[in-house]
Amino acid sequence: AYKRFSELLPKEERENACSARVPKSQILTLPELRANPFQDRICHVFSTSDTRDDSMSFEDFLDMLSVFSDSATSDIKSHYAFRIFDFDEDGTLDRNDLEQLVNCLTGQGEESRLSTAEMEQLVQNILEESDIDKDGTINLSEFQHVVSRSPDFARCGALQR
Amino acid sequence: RDSQQADTEHLSRWKKGRGTDSKSLKKALSEVKGLSSYLVLWRHDIHSIEGKFGTGIQSYFSFLRFLVLLNFIIFILMFSFVTFPIIISKYGIFNSTIVYISPKNIEDICTIYEPSGNKGLVYLYAYLKDLLSGTGFLEVTSLFYGYYTIDAVWISIMRYNLPLAYLLATFAYLALSFLWIIKRSMEGFKHNLVRDEDPFQSYCNKVFAGWNFCITDPNAARLKHRILRYELQMDLQEEKLKQRIAERTMQEKLRIYSLRIVINIIVIAILSGCFYSIYRVTVFSQENSNVSIRNDTRTDLANLLVQYLPSIVITLANFIGPLIFSFLIRFEDYTPAFEIKLILLRCVFLRLANIAVLLFSLWSQISDCDTDKCKPCGYNYKLYPCWESDVGQEMYKLMIFDFIVILAVALFMDFPRKLLVTHCTCKLVQWFGLQEFVISDNVLEIIYGQTICWIGTFFSPLLPAIATIKYFIIFYVKKMVLIHTRKPAARPIRASSSNFFFLLVLLIGLLLAFIPLGVSIARIPSSKACGPFRNFNTSWEIIPDTILEFPTGLQQILFGIASKAFAVPVFVI
Repeated sequence: AYKRFSELLPKEERENACSARVPKSQILTLPELRANPFQDRICHVFSTSDTRDDSMSFEDFLDMLSVFSDSATSDIKSHYAFRIFDFDEDGTLDRNDLEQLVNCLTGQGEESRLSTAEMEQLVQNILEESDIDKDGTINLSEFQHVVSRSPDFARCGALQR
Repeated sequence: RDSQQADTEHLSRWKKGRGTDSKSLKKALSEVKGLSSYLVLWRHDIHSIEGKFGTGIQSYFSFLRFLVLLNFIIFILMFSFVTFPIIISKYGIFNSTIVYISPKNIEDICTIYEPSGNKGLVYLYAYLKDLLSGTGFLEVTSLFYGYYTIDAVWISIMRYNLPLAYLLATFAYLALSFLWIIKRSMEGFKHNLVRDEDPFQSYCNKVFAGWNFCITDPNAARLKHRILRYELQMDLQEEKLKQRIAERTMQEKLRIYSLRIVINIIVIAILSGCFYSIYRVTVFSQENSNVSIRNDTRTDLANLLVQYLPSIVITLANFIGPLIFSFLIRFEDYTPAFEIKLILLRCVFLRLANIAVLLFSLWSQISDCDTDKCKPCGYNYKLYPCWESDVGQEMYKLMIFDFIVILAVALFMDFPRKLLVTHCTCKLVQWFGLQEFVISDNVLEIIYGQTICWIGTFFSPLLPAIATIKYFIIFYVKKMVLIHTRKPAARPIRASSSNFFFLLVLLIGLLLAFIPLGVSIARIPSSKACGPFRNFNTSWEIIPDTILEFPTGLQQILFGIASKAFAVPVFVI
């Protein structure tokens, strides 16, 4: 893992890799993140940078890899998944978050989005299925409850070594 | 002490040798396993297709690979037990000779059979014609049943009962196919059950857990986006449709149900029309195809056309039927998932029943006994002195024509269409566009070919070899067609359910193949002029005859099992 991290740094900073920060543009060249529609969110969530420029240090990098590995528990995975899906970072998944999430899933570009009516119907269905206290948003515990019953979640969250 | 030391040295070296031996054995085993995965046929091709086109289309190609292997094994089975002993004896290896028992208690007139192998001057087109229709020089080769007019083969001191081997090899390949298909569908079935989604959570599951984080290739990512969008849209549509159905008024329900009944009647009428035309055409073809003596090209060509008429009609029906069905089903107002299943069901029935009707019409010709035509021999001996070879020829023609049609469609419809779309910018052509790779049509095509192979192998033992080569070539043709001329599917299909469905339809084809074979073996008298079953009334009779030659104890056991074998399935059912 250290080797992969240092490969992302420009040559001069390689000896100092432990304390250097890799800019976001470099992180996005990783093969696992390249094709991922959530790449921006992932970088943002794991980055602990003070300047909010989404750059990652070595510890951040390790954090990211450990969450996505096979050995992470589903609690940790669902916690981080919630943070990744929470686009406006208000601690809950409301309609806007869900709409943005679905748009990420169906692909970039105008013709690959669902129509407004379909989006409305879909968001309504999701809220019906997962919103237990009927407040119109999904909080962390509701999300974890839904995800624990979902058969595909464990498979999808694992990055290949 | 020195000798003790030498002993201990020797012992420790031996122990070390053993230790490294077991380690190197393990290493060798794992290396063999790794290598054998490379030996899997077309592993790399199918992998790359999966990456570019998704798992639905990949399942079609794995299915094709499975059929190639199945046909190859069936060919090895039939060859080694039926053809190989004859070849050995013809060349006299191992001091083997052929035993030829002339039939007793049978009128001489039944045993006249003179296939016109090529005598005298042979023109190229006569050669080609024979190649295409299985007559002439091809009829007397080991390709067809008529070649095996042998009762036993002596290999050194062992008497090899060829008729028994022929029948048992037939049962063996049917049983092998049956068991292999069941085994493969078991794996798919378990997978299907496990993936059964909780209907209360399907949307959340798709949205929160839909993205597979392992995808690294942008093409695969685009495909995944498309699949997700399609699945979400389909689910939403189904939900809206279900709501609409639940809100139907009584009047609307009556209208829909009566419309459905009418359309089903139309479908049945179309099917009956197909069956009747196939029957008439087969009868016509059988009555009018005679080997012409004059070397006149035009009558030869017309003769060839008449011989291929049943195949042409069947292929036309297989092509037009599905188009009509998919047009009609729009009026029946079902949910999309049910629509797809119903169309497939109707197409499957059409294709398999066409073969059944062809065989039925052949038999009605063979057992046509109105005016004492079959009095001496039990079958129409004048027209069909060796009727099994004739049935084999029909199956051979069907198979060859099927192959030619697949190649012709690829060559003359797909590639020109692609050329037209890429070079011609007129709006009509662009709207027409490239064709999608419709998996269900392609799968039904190869299942149809496989059913013909299963039925035909009894009458033509080398047919599986032709089938293997045919499917081998079709793999590469379809792969090229897919890569060069197909646009990506707008409606991607999930693989696990498709796999199970293909195997289910294949199983239906196999069970359908049991029926004609059962009738041929047990009901219709075997021809007295050719084949290994001349000395028996029907092909099946050899089994009771052989059992009667066993010691009485064994006989009683076998009869006991036979009666129980009837009781148990009845009990189970």
